[in-house]
Amino acid sequence: MRRKIHRAPIAVASALLLGVVATACSTEDPTDTDSGSESSETSAPEESEESPAEGGEQEWFDQAVYDEQYEQRSATFEGDPETPYLQYIDGEMTDTSEYKSNKAGKACFANASISNPWRQTGWITMNQQLKALQEEGVISEMETRDAGDDDNTQIADIDYFISEGNCDAFIISPNSTAAMTDAVERACETGKPVVVFDRGVNTDCATSFIHPIGGFAWGIDTAEFLVDNLEEGDKVVALRILPGVDVLEQRWAAAEKIFDENGIEAVDFFTGADPTEIKTFITDELNKGEIQGVWMDAGDGAVAAIEAFEDFGADLPVMTGEDEMSFLRKWEETGLTGLAPVYSNFQWRTPLLALQKIWAGEEVPKEWVLPQTPITEDERADYLEANDGMPDGHYAKFGGEDLVGYPEVWQERQIP
Amino acid sequence: MSTATSTPSRPSAGRALPLTEGSLVQRLLRGALTPGGAVFILAAVLFVAVVAINPNFGDPPQLIRFIGRTAPIAIAAMGQYYVIVSGEFDLSMGAVIATQVVIAGNYIGQDEGRVLPALVLMLLVGAVVGLVNGLGTTLLKVPSFIVTLGTMLALGGLVRYLTGGAATGNPVDTFREIGRGGIQDVPVIEVLPYSVIILVAIMAGGVWLMRSPFGRTIIATGDNPDAAGLAGAHVWWVKTRAFMLSSLSATVAGILLVGYAGVHPSVGAGYEFQAITAVVLGGVVLGGGRGWLLSAAAGAFALELLFSFLNFQEVESTWRPTVQGVIIILAVAAAGRAWSLGRRPSRTSPPAAPAPPSTPAHPGTETGEK
Repeated sequence: MRRKIHRAPIAVASALLLGVVATACSTEDPTDTDSGSESSETSAPEESEESPAEGGEQEWFDQAVYDEQYEQRSATFEGDPETPYLQYIDGEMTDTSEYKSNKAGKACFANASISNPWRQTGWITMNQQLKALQEEGVISEMETRDAGDDDNTQIADIDYFISEGNCDAFIISPNSTAAMTDAVERACETGKPVVVFDRGVNTDCATSFIHPIGGFAWGIDTAEFLVDNLEEGDKVVALRILPGVDVLEQRWAAAEKIFDENGIEAVDFFTGADPTEIKTFITDELNKGEIQGVWMDAGDGAVAAIEAFEDFGADLPVMTGEDEMSFLRKWEETGLTGLAPVYSNFQWRTPLLALQKIWAGEEVPKEWVLPQTPITEDERADYLEANDGMPDGHYAKFGGEDLVGYPEVWQERQIP
Repeated sequence: MSTATSTPSRPSAGRALPLTEGSLVQRLLRGALTPGGAVFILAAVLFVAVVAINPNFGDPPQLIRFIGRTAPIAIAAMGQYYVIVSGEFDLSMGAVIATQVVIAGNYIGQDEGRVLPALVLMLLVGAVVGLVNGLGTTLLKVPSFIVTLGTMLALGGLVRYLTGGAATGNPVDTFREIGRGGIQDVPVIEVLPYSVIILVAIMAGGVWLMRSPFGRTIIATGDNPDAAGLAGAHVWWVKTRAFMLSSLSATVAGILLVGYAGVHPSVGAGYEFQAITAVVLGGVVLGGGRGWLLSAAAGAFALELLFSFLNFQEVESTWRPTVQGVIIILAVAAAGRAWSLGRRPSRTSPPAAPAPPSTPAHPGTETGEK
């Protein structure tokens, strides 16, 4: 395929450029679900130092991390499956006896943004979890600064917390991996507990780093599902949000590898999650010939993709979206063969629960890997029923069913 | 206002109006050599190219769907035309579309009874935005580039406030039918999308408008506001109405896009530049005073055909925008060449006799056509 020939150096440069732009001024890019394995070996800057000549598809691909996440998908998780936000894969634990405290502490939360439905849902859940812990007298208050998808803003936010926040603990959801590393290290140097979640940073100084399995696992789950349900030589349209963001690139890197190995023809498009673009791309592809599958690196816009098939009068594809309610509902309504990969939204509860453990002196996982299990067709009805009345932008695995305000707070979707 | 006011301000005044002379074929040929006419040739060439690499595209049902999905950008381009031909810019278009899309999603929701009030509300919001743009430009004397940039940012902030930057739910299906549905079981084309009907109606209305005194005045104003003012035109009000037409066009485009695509804050992103590109591709002169309304619409079709052509060619996703940009520059440059070529014969030919008053030119409504 010629698209591969073009890539190499230009693509590396442009991907990095776009990456910078994306993190610097992303207003609508749902960097949504982000990072999976943001461990240091996969960060963008290091990738760029590798020889671009051998680049090709491999720029974002990391075999070691891929293998690790492949295994973790079937790993045994410690803890009660009823409370997935507290489950973790057995590994190194951080001793927190030095942080033991008897009084309620103040948490300071540096948030990357709430600019996509996934982050909004998580943010609502987190606030309800906060209320519960405030009642229990664990947390006195949480001060939050929203960086609005801007690295510089978030660095300033963290530095403000360090110097003037009067914080007893830091919670950081980094906007980008490399740029936030120094600021997180400065927070660690204060000697107070630091909890990092979602996207990662290139340092292991944090008390706990909380995240679901990761982007490669997403790519493996989705691509294997499509391969199982399609024939060799079938065509898949891959709808991607934007280039250059490591977490999204990892999903695609894993999926593309699997498509290649199994003789599935995949064409990828960058849509910016704009439903107009999605519909146009799919309609043009349908004009060219049949499409048997649709793959998405985030579920935003999945409904527009299905509608494009409906409007064209074409057979519905085998499709992977996300556990966003809009997709689950459209999936059920149309009866297509599908899978809803999950970038576990319930992880937004975990940082506050981690603080509870830390201040109680209980040990916490150094790298807290949460379960990340896709929703299959068999489970779909249960999740639809459990989330009945929730808005379209809600995520089925939000994990807040036992919190105060359920379900009204999520149904009203008033962003705190 | 009559043609008498606008004719003196045209550059061809005092000389013949060659575009209105000769037989129909001659006039068509001459018209095709102007930028406003060349865009039709460009669109036709692109269409042939697209059909050549993908014959399915030429099937009537597919073609009518293509026209349907191009309707929003064509309508936006025609809206932008009024502003550009009056000598200004409207950068707020994309933000207006996003605002309308979000209003539709938030206000209507699943409540059928709110469809009509919502339409009224959206048109009202569109008119007010246009009024603000127009008055800011004319009465406050702020360059339109800045005024509309300001409204763009202000509306962008409003959208982010209303949505938090993420998609909300789609409005009820009856509302979305406007942009998504159509008349079923039509012979040959299978389905006639409502968006195509709306596009044709807006084109017809636009042509009528440009032939009316208001249309003549708007061209005269764009060509030379001082002269138009001295001739008795209320320049500020003419320009303000042009801005209102632009915002209302964006509103209609937004209504169609809610149906076609659904609610997302990114809907409408970049539409202002696509619309301006389409207008320029249509040979409308930036700075005002010259150009044809339907050429702007044809420019939009040429753009969409170009995008489809690139999709069919499987140009790689990462550098597709680069290819688009280069081709657009080349196309506009080619249109510029066509303009000078189109004028060349008039240099060598002897000065023609003054045009008889019975065949006045129709500035803004034709390029010596049909």
